[in-house]
Parts: sequence; structure tokens; C-alpha cells
Amino acid sequence: MENIVEVKNLNFSYGLAEVLKDVTFSIERGDYVGLGGYNGSGKTTLVKIILGLISPNSGMISVFGKNLKKFKQWSKIGYLPQSVSLFNPIFPATVYEVVSLGLISKKKFPRRITKADEKTVDIALEELEILDLKDKLISDLSGGQQQRVFLAKALVNEPELLILDEPSNTLDEKTRNNFFNLLNMLNKKKGTTIILITHDIGHIGEHANKLLYLEKSVVFYGKLSEFCGSEKMEGFFGHESQHLICHQH
Amino acid sequence: MNISFLEFISYSFIQRAFISGIFVGVLCSILGLFLVLRKLSMIGDGLSHVSFGAIAMGLFFGVYPIYFAIPIVILSSIFIVKLTEKAKIYGDTAIGVVSSVGLAGGVLLASISHGFNVSLLSYLFGNILAISISETYLSIALSLFVLVAVYFLYYELFAVTFNEEQANVTGIKSDKINLLLVILTAITVVLSIRVVGIMLVSSFFILPAVTALQLSKGFKSAIFVSAFVAILSVIAGICASFYLNLPAGASIVIVNFILFLLSFLWRKSM
Repeated sequence: MENIVEVKNLNFSYGLAEVLKDVTFSIERGDYVGLGGYNGSGKTTLVKIILGLISPNSGMISVFGKNLKKFKQWSKIGYLPQSVSLFNPIFPATVYEVVSLGLISKKKFPRRITKADEKTVDIALEELEILDLKDKLISDLSGGQQQRVFLAKALVNEPELLILDEPSNTLDEKTRNNFFNLLNMLNKKKGTTIILITHDIGHIGEHANKLLYLEKSVVFYGKLSEFCGSEKMEGFFGHESQHLICHQH
Repeated sequence: MNISFLEFISYSFIQRAFISGIFVGVLCSILGLFLVLRKLSMIGDGLSHVSFGAIAMGLFFGVYPIYFAIPIVILSSIFIVKLTEKAKIYGDTAIGVVSSVGLAGGVLLASISHGFNVSLLSYLFGNILAISISETYLSIALSLFVLVAVYFLYYELFAVTFNEEQANVTGIKSDKINLLLVILTAITVVLSIRVVGIMLVSSFFILPAVTALQLSKGFKSAIFVSAFVAILSVIAGICASFYLNLPAGASIVIVNFILFLLSFLWRKSM
């Protein structure tokens, strides 16, 4: 199976504060990986390093078989950041304008949005049931609606790798269920590889087929079934927590 | 003043004022929108202070001050970006550092020379009605250059302004776009000095943009509204200045402010 993301001996620190220590793992095409860990365990930093937003102190990262430093096919990756870092609240962009930004990674200079692109945006909006919000200002929407707009932006290119950072924080229960159903559909029917960051490890088992648990270093990486049968993990998490995660699965 | 509008616009100095004012106004208003949304609106103010020093140097060495100011202000704008990146200080602090050095340099040169204080004062407040034909051509040429750059890099500028981190993930080099934005701003600041003066340059960047933010229903529409407000302010400001015998630059700024106030009240009433 093709490795979509490969990380070897990755180390990163902010000044003297060590954030990631000797992190090694690889994600295969079609994986749905739940990336868990407590606040400050290095989850978001790890994803930002994979996306080339932060340079590591040492280690090797390859994406789609290419060394990250030489990687250029950004349209293969969709990224949904944490809601708090999404946008400036006074920014006067419409839903359509925001989602169309997701298409520009495919374009060459001078980047332009065509009529065909407009249809692609409409399809993405329709998939997320927000086509009626197309001409609304993004700042006028609720948190859940904004989250769906940014998911549409991440999906509009039909990425092969989708990275989501705590995506369900601002969603109500119904929207959250729809959201996770959509991710399941993308993973199972379209083969989209998904990395889902969450601190809510209890729910990871509901959706992902693999778990990557971080505490600066990789505590566990493997299939949920391996996690559930692991005595080492029972010792680490305690029987009840392990049971809760596995029961959800 | 008792002359008809047709007679008024037949004067060549008025035509030059309209043409230069509209080109520079549109330019400032479009770049201003990007700067305001990136919380960099005071960069216009900071670079105008640098222009003061650069113009003083030009006068000191007997070189046409605008030609002298353009490279110096561009270098200062790059210095602001590099200072923010390398010295790990906030953008507004870097602007403060560079602008105070520019201002201090200008005051020192004016003090040493004793001879060009009157010329320097004319740059402080600008005079769009005294703009020469060569300055009009320069305004048009540089405005077109900046507008073409904005047109071709619209999506890069939009993406980086909306969210720098997300722009990077789409393969855009946001550091290069940031650098380009401040260089274009530097050119525009120098161009605006003859129109509105060093003291009021930043208002040309900020006021049309904040008016557009009250009225717009999208980013593209905000750009057009911002440009329209700038054109309206330049036309109304020059007319008011001529008929009411007021300083042109200040009149344009006050019209701009009135439009902002009206747009704000309109939005509140919605």
C-alpha cells in the first residue's frame, strides 16, 4: 500500500520546550487516522509540520512519496484548521469567495476562477447542504455553518488527503453526525485518506480505523483492534478508558 | 467662486488634479483594503514619515525629491518586513521604529540646511492643484503598474489577506506576497504625497477601505466600493476646494470621512 504521509525521527521544540520527540509513523492511502492526545501533546504542531507551516528541528517528512521540501501538489491536500484560527471576523468575503479559494492551489499564474470552477464550488456547497448560503457573508453565519463552509473549501478540490483539526468543536449534535457521516463516505467511497485531530479520544473509535496517540512521542500507533487488545495500552489508559474507546468502535 | 463647472474643468491644472487624484485615490483605496484587513493600516503613515526624511534628503542634495523618495521608501518597507520577521517584533512596532528614524532624519537635514524648509512644508501638506504634467504622467504610469500587479495577483493577495496559514497550504508563498504588498504600498505612498501631503497620506489608505467594509457584501465588491468612494471623494474634494477656497488634500480627506460616517449610520440603521 502507498504511503501518503511518512514521518521519521521527527523532533521539534519551541525554544527550550520540547514539543515532539523522535516521532516516527507512516499513513497509508485510505487510512482514517484519529490523532489523539491531551492539550499540548503536540497534535496541531505535528500537523503543521506535515503541512510545511513549521520547520522541524530534525527528522524526515515525505508526503505522497515526495520529500516535503520538494512537494508542490498542494491541491492533493485539504486542510481544515481549528475554528479559532479560521479568519478575521470583519473580513467581507462571501461563502462562494471563501470556498473558491480552495481551488487556487490547482491554478497556475495568473490564477483565475472560471465558469466551470463556479459549478465545482456549487457542487461542494450542495454536498454540505449550504448552497443557499452561497452569497452570504461568512461573518454573518453561525459557528456550525462557518465550519461547513471551511470544510467545503477543504473538499472542493477533491483532495486525496484530508487533515482536520478539532473539526467538531463548534457543531451541534445533528450537524456533527452529518459531518462525520460525510467523512465516512469520503473515506469509504472515494478512498480519501483522513487525519482527524481530536482531544476527545472517546469518540475516535467511532470514526477512525487507526489511532495515533501522542504525548510528545508516539504512545500508540496502529489499528483500533490492536489498541483494544493491547495490555500495554490498558496499563497506559486504564481499563475503563480503553474499554470506552473500544466500545465506541 | 463665480465660474461654471464646464469652465472649471476646462482648466488644465484642474484636469491634472482630477486625473492624478483619481489614479492615486483608486490605488490607495484598493491597497488600503488589503492593509486594513491585515491590520497593517498604519504602514501608510509610517512610510509617509520615511518619505519626509527621503524628501528632505532629495532637497538637500538638489535631486527631484519624489525620485529620491521612491527607492528609499521601498527599501524602508522591505526593512519593516524583515525587522518583523528577524527581530521577532510586531509589525506596528517595526513601523514605529522605521517611521521615527525617517522623521528624525528629515528634521535633522532641515535643521542643517536652513534653506529648504518652505519646500519641505509643501510636501507635508501636498497640493494637488499644483501638480505638474510630468507628475501626472508619473502618477498614471506607476498607478497602472500597481493596478496590473494587483489584478494578476488578486487571488494570492486575497488568500493571504484572508488567512495566511491557509494560503500557505495552497502553495502560495505568503512571505513573498507580504513583501510585494508593502513594496506596492511604498510606491503608492510616495505617489500620494503630492496629492494629499505627508500628513494625510494614511487617510487615503484607510478611509475608503473602512467605508467599503460598512457597505460591502463580498470581497470583490469591497474593492469596487472602496475605489468608488475614493473617486467620489477626490472629485467632491477638489470641487469643494476650488469653490470654497479650501486646501484640496484636506477637503478630500473630510469628504472621505463624511462618506464613512454616512455608510456607518446607514449600516447601523439596517
